[in-house]
Order: sequence, then C-alpha cells, then structure tokens
Amino acid sequence: MNATSAVPAVEYDDVQGIVRFGYKHLTDARYLLLRIADVRAAREWMSAAPVATAAAAATLPETALHVAFTAAGLRELGVPEEVVGAFSSEFVSGIAGHESRSRRLGDVGANAPATWDWGVGGAEPHVLVALFAVPGKVEAFSASLRNESWGRAFSQIASLDTSDLGGVEPFGFTDGISQPVIDWECIRTLRGNKPSYGNLVAIGEFLLGYLNEYDRYTERPLVDPGGAADLLPPAEEDCKRRDVGRNGTYLVFRDLRQDVRGFWSFAQSDDLAGAFVGRRRNGDPLVPAAAGPIEGVEKAAPGAPQNNFTYAGDPQGVLCPFGAHIRRANPRTGDFPNVPSGPIGVVAEMLGFGKKSFHDDLTSSVRFHRVLRRGREYGPGLSPQEARMPPPAHEPPRGLRFVCLNANIARQFEFLQNAWISSDSFNGLIGESDPLLGDREPAPGGRATNAFVANRNDAARRRIVGLPRFVTVTGGAYFFLPGLRALRYVLRVGTEGAK
Amino acid sequence: MTSQSAFFVMMPIRPNAHDELAALLEGMNAAPGHADPQNALVPFGAFNRLHFARVCVLRDNTVGDVAAYGIAPTSYPDYLALLGDVDGSADSFLSELADHAGAGLATLFSHCEGFGPGDDVLAFMRQHGAGAAAAYVNWRGRTMLQVREEAAIREAVEAFLDRNVAATASATPLELHAMLRHFLSDEISAGRLTMTPEAPTPWGWLFANALSAVVPVLLLILLAPLAIAGGVILLLLVRRREARDPEICPRVDPAYRERIAFTEDRDVTNAFSAVGSLKPGPVRRVMSIVGLWILSYAVQHIYGAGRLARVRTIHFARWVWIDQKRRLVFMSNYDGSLESYMDDFINKAGFGLNFVFGNGIGYPKTRWLVSDGCKDEQKFKNFLHRHQFYTDVWYNAHPGLTAADLERNARVRAGLEATSLRPDDAGAWAALL
Repeated sequence: MNATSAVPAVEYDDVQGIVRFGYKHLTDARYLLLRIADVRAAREWMSAAPVATAAAAATLPETALHVAFTAAGLRELGVPEEVVGAFSSEFVSGIAGHESRSRRLGDVGANAPATWDWGVGGAEPHVLVALFAVPGKVEAFSASLRNESWGRAFSQIASLDTSDLGGVEPFGFTDGISQPVIDWECIRTLRGNKPSYGNLVAIGEFLLGYLNEYDRYTERPLVDPGGAADLLPPAEEDCKRRDVGRNGTYLVFRDLRQDVRGFWSFAQSDDLAGAFVGRRRNGDPLVPAAAGPIEGVEKAAPGAPQNNFTYAGDPQGVLCPFGAHIRRANPRTGDFPNVPSGPIGVVAEMLGFGKKSFHDDLTSSVRFHRVLRRGREYGPGLSPQEARMPPPAHEPPRGLRFVCLNANIARQFEFLQNAWISSDSFNGLIGESDPLLGDREPAPGGRATNAFVANRNDAARRRIVGLPRFVTVTGGAYFFLPGLRALRYVLRVGTEGAK
Repeated sequence: MTSQSAFFVMMPIRPNAHDELAALLEGMNAAPGHADPQNALVPFGAFNRLHFARVCVLRDNTVGDVAAYGIAPTSYPDYLALLGDVDGSADSFLSELADHAGAGLATLFSHCEGFGPGDDVLAFMRQHGAGAAAAYVNWRGRTMLQVREEAAIREAVEAFLDRNVAATASATPLELHAMLRHFLSDEISAGRLTMTPEAPTPWGWLFANALSAVVPVLLLILLAPLAIAGGVILLLLVRRREARDPEICPRVDPAYRERIAFTEDRDVTNAFSAVGSLKPGPVRRVMSIVGLWILSYAVQHIYGAGRLARVRTIHFARWVWIDQKRRLVFMSNYDGSLESYMDDFINKAGFGLNFVFGNGIGYPKTRWLVSDGCKDEQKFKNFLHRHQFYTDVWYNAHPGLTAADLERNARVRAGLEATSLRPDDAGAWAALL
C-alpha cells in the first residue's frame, strides 16, 4: 500500500462542532441527561434537532446543540447488538460498569458510583443533549426545543446548569490553557519516534475513522453496506465497509463538585494553592517558558504564551512540584527522556543507555494520552477571600462539568485518570494523589494518599500531609458523540427490523 | 552479593479435580487473586527470601489457533503451576518450601497426575521443575532483607524530617546529610533500624557469571563469518514468513477480561500470566530459541539495574518453554495497571516485544523481526488479553512498593552510607527524601 499522496479533507459538516470549537462566546450552557421514554418520538425529535457542525460559518452562531448516546441509549434506539458491541469495550461497559474500572479511576469511597446523583441504574442517561447559547439565551433555546415530540420522547434525569466564571475555574485559577491542537491538515508524519514534546496531535486521537498517533485506525464498528448503512461514509482503510465511527468520538462526562471553601481554608496562601495547581492564579506556569516554540502551541492562541513550556528545565521538581495538578495531567514528555542526537544516540536511548537520573523515563510519552477538554463550570464564583469567611446557611454547590473528547477511552481518559491523576506512585512519588482531584482514600494496604511534596533547591523538601478531599465525583457517563451521518444511521437502523 | 533465582514447577491436573483445586486455591486468598501471607496451605509470608510467588491453573484458551496453519490442534492438559522469585538458589528454596509447607503442598499436588498419598513433595517438585529460558530481575543482588531494611530506613527518615521541620527547613543538602547520618547511626545503635552489609558474592557464582558473559562473545567473534551468514539467512527466512503469517487478535469476551481485572490494581504491583503456542516449523523454532537466548543474555549481563531496556516497572519476569518448546509461558510482576504496562512496553520497548513474542501464533504482523507488530496497539493488546490467563493466587512480599520506590530507597540508603557527598550529588540525593 502506498502512502496517501493527498490528505483527504476532514468532512467538517459531518463532525459535531464541539470537536473543533470550544464555543468561548457561547457562555450560557446546559447539559440535559435524558432517558428515552418513547423510541419513535425520540427518533422524530432527534431527526429534526439542529445539531451544530464543525463547518465554519460566516458569522458566529448564537446557539449550538449536540447529541450523544450511551451504549444503553444506542440499544434503546434499536442499534443492533453486534454494532454496539463493536464500540470500545470501555464505552460498552460504561464508566461505572465494573468495580475494577471504578477502582482504577479513583471512583471509590465518597466518589463511588453508588453515591452519584446520576450515572448508574435508573439514573443512567441514554442521551446527552448539550446546549450552548450566547449570554442569557440558553433558557429560551432550551424552551424552543421542547416541542410535543420531546415531551413524549424523553424523561429527564437532570438538567445540569453551568455558569460563566470568566475563564476561571471555581477554585479561582485561570483554566483551559492547555489543550492539544488537532492536526487537521496532517502536517506531521506519524511514522517514527517523536523525541520531544509537541502539542499537535493526530486527528485519529480525537475522531474515529482517522489515523491515530500509532498511525493506525482505532477500533470502531464497521458495517456492510445496505439499508441504513448506506447513510454512512466508507471506512478509510476498507472502502467496502461503512464506518459508524467516522467523524464521531467518545465524550467522557464527569460531574465534579468542588469544595472551594475547603480548598482555600486548607491552602491559605496563593503560593501553596499555586503549587497544588502548578500555575499562578492568572494562569502563568511555575516553570519558565521554553526557549523556542513548541510545535502546535503557537496555534492555541490566546493561551499560547502560558502553554509554551515543558518541565525539562526542572528535573528535580523544584519550580513546579512533581505532584502538581498540571504536571500530573500533562507531564509534557516526548517519546524519549533525553532528546538524542544522531542515530547512535537514538539507538542508545531505545536500549536504555541514556543518562540515568532517578526520575527520567518514569512517565510515558504524552502524545498517546491527550484529551480535548470541553467542560464548563457551575455554581456562583467565590473569591479566595470570600472562601475563607464563614459560609452562608445555604451554600450553593460549585464545581466542574468535566467533559473530554477522545477516540480511545482506555488509552486516553482512563490512562490519564488512573496512571497520572489518581495514582499514588505517579512519577516515583509516595503517598500522594492529585492535590486537586485526589480521592484521598487510603490505597490498598492502608497507605495514605493525602500528602503533597514540594522539593526545594538547597534545602529539605516541604512535605504537607492531611490534604482533605477538595473534589467529589457526583455523576458520570461515557457517551458516543456521532458524526452527523452516523446520527442519521443510529436513528434509522432500529426501524429496519430484524433482517 | 546474593543473586536472585526463579523457581517454576508445573504438573498436569487430574481430570475432574479442577473444581476442588479451584476451591483450594480460592481458600489461600485474602482478597480476589491475592494470597493471604499466612494461608494454611503455603504460608508465603513465612519465607524471608521470597520476593514474589504465585500458584495458578495454567489453561490455554488459544491452542486451537494452530488450525490457522492447517495443523490439527494438540490437546494439552491443564497444569498446576507454582513459581516464585527468591534470594539464593532456587533448589534450596524448594527444600525449604517442602520442609515448611509440605502438608499444604501435598494437598495441592494430590489433585495432580502422578502424586499419591505419602509421596515426597520435594522429589515431585524437582521432577516437575522447568527452567526459565530467560528470567529478568529488576535489580540483581537486591535481597528481601535489603528491601525491608531500606523501606524502614526511608520511612524513618521521612518521619524524622516531618518531626524536625524547623531544624531541617533551612539546612543545606550537605547539612541534611550530616544530620540524617547522625540520626541513622543513633537509630541503629538503639536497635530500631538495621543496615546489613551486602553478603560477599560466592566465588563460584562470580566465575560462572563471568564465563557466561564472555564465552558467547568470544564464540561470536571467532565464528563471526558463520554467525553473520546464519543470521542473515535466518532473518530472510523469517521475513518471508512474516508477510503471510496470520494475525489472530480478536477482542476477548469482556467477561473473560473482567474476571482477571477484578483481581488487578489492588496493589501498586500486579501479576501477569500468559501462555501461547509457537508458530509451527523449524524456522520459527530456531528463531525463537535464538531470540530467547539473546534476551536471556541481555537480562543476565546487560539489564539488571532497574531497567529492562527503558522499562522501569517490572520487578521480575520469566519466559518458560513448555511442552517440548511448542508453547511458551510468560509471567511478570509489574507496577501500575495492565493498560499502562502494555503502553509502557509498546512505546518504550516495542522492538523487544516484537523480537521475543513475534514468534507466537497470531502475533500482529512484524517487519524484519522488530518493526511494526505491537505498534498496532489495539491488535497487540487484544493479543495479550487473549493469551493472558487467570492468576489464582499471587503473593507480593513488599506490597505498596513499586520498582521505582525500591530504587529510590536504595539510593537513599547509599547516600546515608556515604561518609561524604559532593554538593551536586547531595542536592539530587536530598530531592529523593
């Protein structure tokens, strides 16, 4: 097989817009978690729903709507079992589908699915409808969609509101700076090693049906043509088959409640809070900018200057603690611990004969573990000063509707959450978990996970113990966010009856 | 230095004895798949020089794969496998095991072919032992005594620093080093900590090790023309087969994977057990023998200080031929989740994976032995999930300690042993505390 000479253009009008856009101007958002009450009415409503695409419009839209399904939802709509079963096994099993998954994700103790407001049992959604609108308009947008067929189609588990805190997450830190940039034009070659960290990532990491960072196609259902399948695009690697996944992706939803008062009464100072996060409150990283531009960062404007860094200059974790949230969530490592020079250097690195300090090579190359974050905050803002004052009688909840997109849940979201965020042995650390997100449950065997260590230059490390839990998981689900043609297929295939 | 060795015994299970045996194995556990160190049958915790052990039913669900080559599958019995990693010689450990857990082992073996009431447990184990084609040790010479002592030292140092924040906060690394050396010597005098010096290396071991390191290299140099010609021919022969060998990498039944996953991630370290058949024909057979020999040389003489190529998460691993080299068993003890273990290997040592496992039936297509293969990440993971089998009983003598933890603890101890440090080294050392 020859390498494709011309890169096929991405069919933006077949991709849901949220994959390409963060909708910064659509600050008013709402997530509706629905169960299907009447399949026919649900099909009718969704067939007419104005799902936003990734095609760029001449003017910024005033609203955007997105639709995604859980595996239970696909089944409810009559998608054949062999098609549902060919999606990723994590998606089919569900975020709370197995005790071992919950254990790996840190969904234990106060985070256990049994305690969730939504996500399991009768509160497992079939459909997610995500609404975005310009300020103050989401209520009207939502009302306009609730026609007669909606009323019959769905029973609502929850309507999750969001709030616009002006680019700041509830603890008060500028958020959303670090995002991977999708290599839409396929500028990078995917064969071979990528010694240094880059921010430009293969389309196939965020959309099914395209080449991923391994230069391969991620597993997804491919079906034979005929009937509803004729609505689908052909699979890129097998033109005789139709691709249910093409232009779709998985959407991971985790509802996170944040204890803002608890956070600031424990952290007290901006310095310690900043060490927990790895950034100052204005978003500046604790390590200096990289000497040169990092591939893909320059495109991520306007956050680019605050995203153009790695930890190469801070090998002892003195400037930014190893356990800081952003150093866990994205260790910014390339394929090799040291960038080798020349072919002999590459072979030496591959065979493990490079420089050997305690920390090198303890974290994986990040390009296989990126996610595209699309979450929104909820609850009223609370400044650190206010947070340290006594709470009112009725404290409103605050937090993050964490949403991320990825093509391989196991290798991207679950890996990140398990090996980096919740691991008590990440990067050789002991007894720590993510200072923001950690569940603080003792690890098996009773080992504590509530410490935080900041190394210092020429002095003993500063070790803090007894971190309380600042974030609690209150719901979650794995959804499939289909391409627009796949959406039509999903809505039609169940009407065809048994063949 | 006391070197580590691996023991492995494996005996066919009697027909109809499976259920009873499974119940016995289940009874040895404190948590799913995790041995109770004090269990009545084999109290692993009583053996001070034991690092890891497992007892499991070796069942191969992939024996039918050979049909892809038009060959009728052989039917193999299920085996009971008992294995572990110890300080010192494996055989002397088996005697120790027979002495202290003879009755329990006899109960287990009574479900196996050829073991009758009153039979000698040790003789039976020796008769059914299988040597490893290759055995990897994360850190050659690190004994369980050292692991325990160093873990205690690190914890004591941590507690000391936590107690003396005011006094240590402004200390330079060199001052800190002096303070901690003082503290350590007090603790040792008071008998609260011990720091046993390394045992002398037996001359016999040193000699044998040096011989096994040098002789192959000398032979290779002497026979270079022959070796090169042979190597090239073998490579070309394998290359011809690579293109047409079938891939067998379907996803496993989720229930099969979930049963195994239920035992995983209950500790920072996990057990992995897998079995599979070799591709038929003499070319693959020769290739895999050569491949495992090279691996064995590498793990014996090149990698034995915390890294297998770039991988730092494996404590012990072994490759064992069974059934006249028709099948290969792979077992390891690794840190982190299975997903991250597989990623680690694919991304850091993919060439090695391909080289060693590429001779297995159904392995994702390789090119020139080391390329591609596991880079087809999902096929490779499916392949592994399919060949993985359930580890009924697994014992880890140091739960909660990753291989990186063990390395750090050793570095902390080495620093404390040094009477003086250079300022640069002191800084790096202090950052480990």
